[in-house]
Amino acid sequence: MKLTGAQIVCESLLRENVDVVFGIPGGAILPLYGAMPEYPQLRHILVRHEQAAAMAADGYARVTGKAGVCMATSGPGATNLVTGIASAQMDSIPIVAITGQVPRAAIGKDAFQETDMTGITLPVTKHNYLVMSAAEIPQAIKDAFYIANTGRPGPVLIDIPKDVLLNDEAEFSYPDDVDLPGYKPTMDGHPSQIQKAAQLIAEAKRPIILAGHGIIISRAYQEVLELAERAQIPVVTTLLGISSFPSEHFLNVGMPGMHGMAYASMAINESDLLISLGMRFDDRVTGRLSDFAPNAKVVHIDVDPSEISKNVKATVPIVGDLKRVLQALLPHVEPAVHAEWVQQVEDMRVEHPSHRIRETDKLLPQYILRTLSDVTDGNALVVTGVGQHQMWAAQHCRFKNPNSLITSGGLGAMGFEVPAAMGAKVGAPDKVVWSIAGDGGFQMTLCDLATCAENNIAVKFAIMNNGYLGMVRQWQDFFYNKVYTATSYSANPDFVKLAEAYGIPGIRVTDKSQVESSIRQAMMEPGPVVVDFLVEPEENVFPMIPAGESLSEMLEEPDQVPAFQASNEGIAT
Amino acid sequence: MSGATERHTIVALVQDQPGVLNRVSSLFRRRGFNIASLAVGQSEQPNLSRMTFVVEGDIATMEQVTKQLNKLIEVIKVSELVEEEIVAREVALIKVRATPTTRSEIIQLVNIFRANIVDVGPQSLIIEITSGEDKIDAMYNLLRPFGIREVMRTGRIAMARSASETRAERPRGDTPTPTKNGAEHEQTQVPYG
Repeated sequence: MKLTGAQIVCESLLRENVDVVFGIPGGAILPLYGAMPEYPQLRHILVRHEQAAAMAADGYARVTGKAGVCMATSGPGATNLVTGIASAQMDSIPIVAITGQVPRAAIGKDAFQETDMTGITLPVTKHNYLVMSAAEIPQAIKDAFYIANTGRPGPVLIDIPKDVLLNDEAEFSYPDDVDLPGYKPTMDGHPSQIQKAAQLIAEAKRPIILAGHGIIISRAYQEVLELAERAQIPVVTTLLGISSFPSEHFLNVGMPGMHGMAYASMAINESDLLISLGMRFDDRVTGRLSDFAPNAKVVHIDVDPSEISKNVKATVPIVGDLKRVLQALLPHVEPAVHAEWVQQVEDMRVEHPSHRIRETDKLLPQYILRTLSDVTDGNALVVTGVGQHQMWAAQHCRFKNPNSLITSGGLGAMGFEVPAAMGAKVGAPDKVVWSIAGDGGFQMTLCDLATCAENNIAVKFAIMNNGYLGMVRQWQDFFYNKVYTATSYSANPDFVKLAEAYGIPGIRVTDKSQVESSIRQAMMEPGPVVVDFLVEPEENVFPMIPAGESLSEMLEEPDQVPAFQASNEGIAT
Repeated sequence: MSGATERHTIVALVQDQPGVLNRVSSLFRRRGFNIASLAVGQSEQPNLSRMTFVVEGDIATMEQVTKQLNKLIEVIKVSELVEEEIVAREVALIKVRATPTTRSEIIQLVNIFRANIVDVGPQSLIIEITSGEDKIDAMYNLLRPFGIREVMRTGRIAMARSASETRAERPRGDTPTPTKNGAEHEQTQVPYG
């Protein structure tokens, strides 16, 4: 029996074990929505803005390890997905985006709601397709999911013209195999390179593991723990590597870089061997490359060969899936003790305690995040937006379980916190999911509170409300002569009333004494909750290594800022 | 990334699908790779095309170029060719002003360069030359005094010499030969251990 293109899409999604899709219908994709009632196994969650569909698919993918699926119509629907797709590309998240396109005959004619989606998304997807017949749909979907999920994961977009969905028919059979002669990710590391890496590890006196997102993607927690413990190697976690290694482990040194722990950056500086696992030496980690880890050799393990020696030259490069490479490496790693080195790192921690929160009666966001972490006993899934609150969450939240921090690391997309938390909660309904927002980012995507209310997606939203675009203001404070142009949100809505307007309970917190009880109260609620924390408005994130600078320019405390400003007159960062 | 900037020849075997040229050129633009020429044509295998790039940059840049090209799904194989081990050619069409008094001098030049005259008009000639870039440049410079009307060059195409097919491909120590298609990642939540 022949099926329409729309039916074939649904059948194919079921073959890929898709159970949830996030989307909004519109003219060009309506035929697909028309077919959906025949496939009740496909749960469609109607969002309020397509950006939320892509970011919810991202959050869903991160917690489940399965590709998240989002849908949008042609033109503006599809372009609204782009920010979410770009974020997924930067953070290596598997999502499959299905977009309607104008009918085949109208393509290229500037038809109503026509945009060249394969063109627009070309640099922000791992791959994309414009499918020009119903018969081609199954193979495209098969390949898309395979590409999205394997190797270095990433987003794939499939653009399907309306008439292919509506009128075009084909016999449906789902292919067993992909048809991708040009795509063969390297999974196993080169044995002789693995030997060399083991040799360097054996010779190192001051080794550091740089634990990146790749550990979470390949689920290599056990192997990394074993490596760190066997050779007694301190572990520094990148922003996306947080929770790849237990927070309270004595070898965990925390996050390095621009807003990382001073001692984590110092440890890298002193190290003679960086064992870089599934990370890509982002500029927020390295600062000025010429001053980064000046004494260290580098073992770099990553599944994407193009990341190796892109920013930092690898002494021993290994391309492969991290879990498999580490499994092959571990038998060659001799047990070692680096007591002196571990003590040296501990001394740096004592001398430069950047994890400490200053004593004050003021309502500090750092205190809220630490309390939230304590109240949830490190078991919550924390989803953040981008900015000061994101850095404070990275600095002060503790995690007992792997894969517990979800954040837009590479793209740094504000507004990520609402939809990604929603997707994460849909993917992990039994987890406590806290969305940590700033008042700026929250207002970019808060329309999807309606989606949470409608579907009873019980995300707990915590707004670190300082009435500013806080991180931008901090840069103005430090680098732009305190010219605070356009960073004050002087007419924020009443978020408690706003929550109530959406049918969601709202709690306002103005005093430090209310923090713990409000967090507990929010978690008692069966559904979504908004907690509006009116925090100390002009608090800045420390430490800070200004962009493009190195450890020696680190501003550890507020009183170092004026001296830095005086010596960097007219700095443009 | 340091090192001397040189011209490098890269050959890529790609799937013959709509948009593949766009993907490749978009990659070069986005990553800021400096492309001197690009030529595309059918290969000996059905549905596969071969592209020859001449790229300017140092060794580290070339490593990124080949790795990034390899990441494109529709790119089957990328080889960077060693200059001494290849045959490289380019075709140029040069329309030059030719009057009855200059024509014979031009014909002499064409013969010396083993080029061809492919069109003769009352005021001009079209010369076709297939050669290395240097020889085409030399011919161009000699023709310039006569008055060049129009020039069209294809860009370099290149092939490893038969005797040195393996040697001609620059080895890449840190990019092991790809294995078979990798298995999908485990999709379950697992504890630290």
